[in-house]
Amino acid sequence: MTDRVAPLSVHPIPDEITGPWWEATRESCLLLQRCVGCSHVQHYPRAMCTKCAGTDLEWIEAQGIGTIDSFTIVQRPPSPAFEVPYVIARVCLAEGPTMLTKIIDATDEELVCDATVSLDWEMLSDGHQLPIFRITNPQ
Amino acid sequence: MTALTAIVGAAESDLGVTNASILTLQSQAITRALADAGLKISDVDGLATSGVSRFSATQVADYLGIQPSWCDSTFAGGSAYEMYVARASQAIAAGQASTIVISFASNQRSARSRSLGGVVESHTPEAQFESPYGPLYPLSYYAMAAQRYLHDYSLTRADLAQVAVLAREWALLNPKAYRHDAGPLTIDEVLAAPMISSPLTSADCCLVTDGGGAVVVTSLERARDLAKAPVQILGYGESTTNTSMSQVPLLPTGAAASGKAAFARAGLTPADVDVIALYDSFTITVLLSLEALGFCGPGEAAALVASDRVRPGGDLPLNTSGGGLAYCHPGQYGVLLLVEAVRQLRGEAGARQVPNPKVALAHGTGGILSTHATVLLGVDR
Repeated sequence: MTDRVAPLSVHPIPDEITGPWWEATRESCLLLQRCVGCSHVQHYPRAMCTKCAGTDLEWIEAQGIGTIDSFTIVQRPPSPAFEVPYVIARVCLAEGPTMLTKIIDATDEELVCDATVSLDWEMLSDGHQLPIFRITNPQ
Repeated sequence: MTALTAIVGAAESDLGVTNASILTLQSQAITRALADAGLKISDVDGLATSGVSRFSATQVADYLGIQPSWCDSTFAGGSAYEMYVARASQAIAAGQASTIVISFASNQRSARSRSLGGVVESHTPEAQFESPYGPLYPLSYYAMAAQRYLHDYSLTRADLAQVAVLAREWALLNPKAYRHDAGPLTIDEVLAAPMISSPLTSADCCLVTDGGGAVVVTSLERARDLAKAPVQILGYGESTTNTSMSQVPLLPTGAAASGKAAFARAGLTPADVDVIALYDSFTITVLLSLEALGFCGPGEAAALVASDRVRPGGDLPLNTSGGGLAYCHPGQYGVLLLVEAVRQLRGEAGARQVPNPKVALAHGTGGILSTHATVLLGVDR
């Protein structure tokens, strides 16, 4: 967990499906849904499996590693609450699903498609955390 | 689908900065399209429109003072109007309506109703899992598609910029175009424009203007008795792929499935198309659509757009009105793709007229590469 704090305007509203996912973020835990019937892993959380339409779904914890499918540096924010520039990215997680997220602390040279990234967290004003990623330092 | 249908009327509303209401602009487009067809408002028994209010088709029917036996307000952003052509053809073939108006208008520039961040409804998964990161909707998604595209094919921002340069060149030939008097655009000017969401600058983005359009659809048999030569509806296809920014691969887009279905239905191939009208929400959209629709191979669209083939005088004229980038972009631009295709096929396009085209393709894209719909139109044969 970092001391990074997200804009106050960000207030995700969990529902009966996504509540456990948001609760787990308080413990810096990124959950994914796995279908008990066919083992398909998905994100965002849903009431059904998108592969087999099964409704028996369990939570697994993501390893927190992935690769950048693509990214964009936002220079004009959607609201004044966001301080530009910042990096939005699609990250393909090791478990399979792709998620929208943010990349922090990346240099221009590091920020490329297919770069390897690892999980970090940004605090929200309500105690939930937002999963974000940083470029994995080469060994 | 064996029943034959045609577009018999096509018109724009006032464009640009109108200081008019949405329903005034809708009325302009519809009454002008009906006049173009030589039809009366009392002939209209079908209506397809969107972007007016919660009950869009009902709202416009009420305003026009008609009670249609068929209507459609499928909400699919800029691709909805190409989808309406398909549904209108089917409704006419099924005997549910005989004369259908497809229309759209917006006063987004006068009303300053467009926001860069876009609209995400609070009860959707995107509101919980994407909006907290601050993406621009739809711009940041197209930006990510562009970033991936440039990466995969070792291209640069100049390859994107060429699309905006081409749009401006066509707009200089269209007196109705917002940028008609703006002079030529250069690649360097596009590259130097303010960056919004990399790699897209403001010059990679479509205009924000008022405007609208309407087309009138009826049976081909009846069309042959009307004011102008019919423009036959030869084929159509669509594909709906995503609303969120993470659930499907960025490339290729749903235009591939949409185009394949349209060409199959029409019994045509991309080589048969004489004039192309693609939704150019952003420069990248044009490159992705050209490839997905089969006009060139993967990674080849930038070279095609840089060639003389797509320019005035070329054999594959692309976005002859100047497109959303340089002519008019009132939000859901898809209806104006149809208007331009009809004008080209009728030989009514003035200085930008393509010599003797037989087949036109109009392809709409809505949302964040979310919805894709292709229509093939042709001169009566």
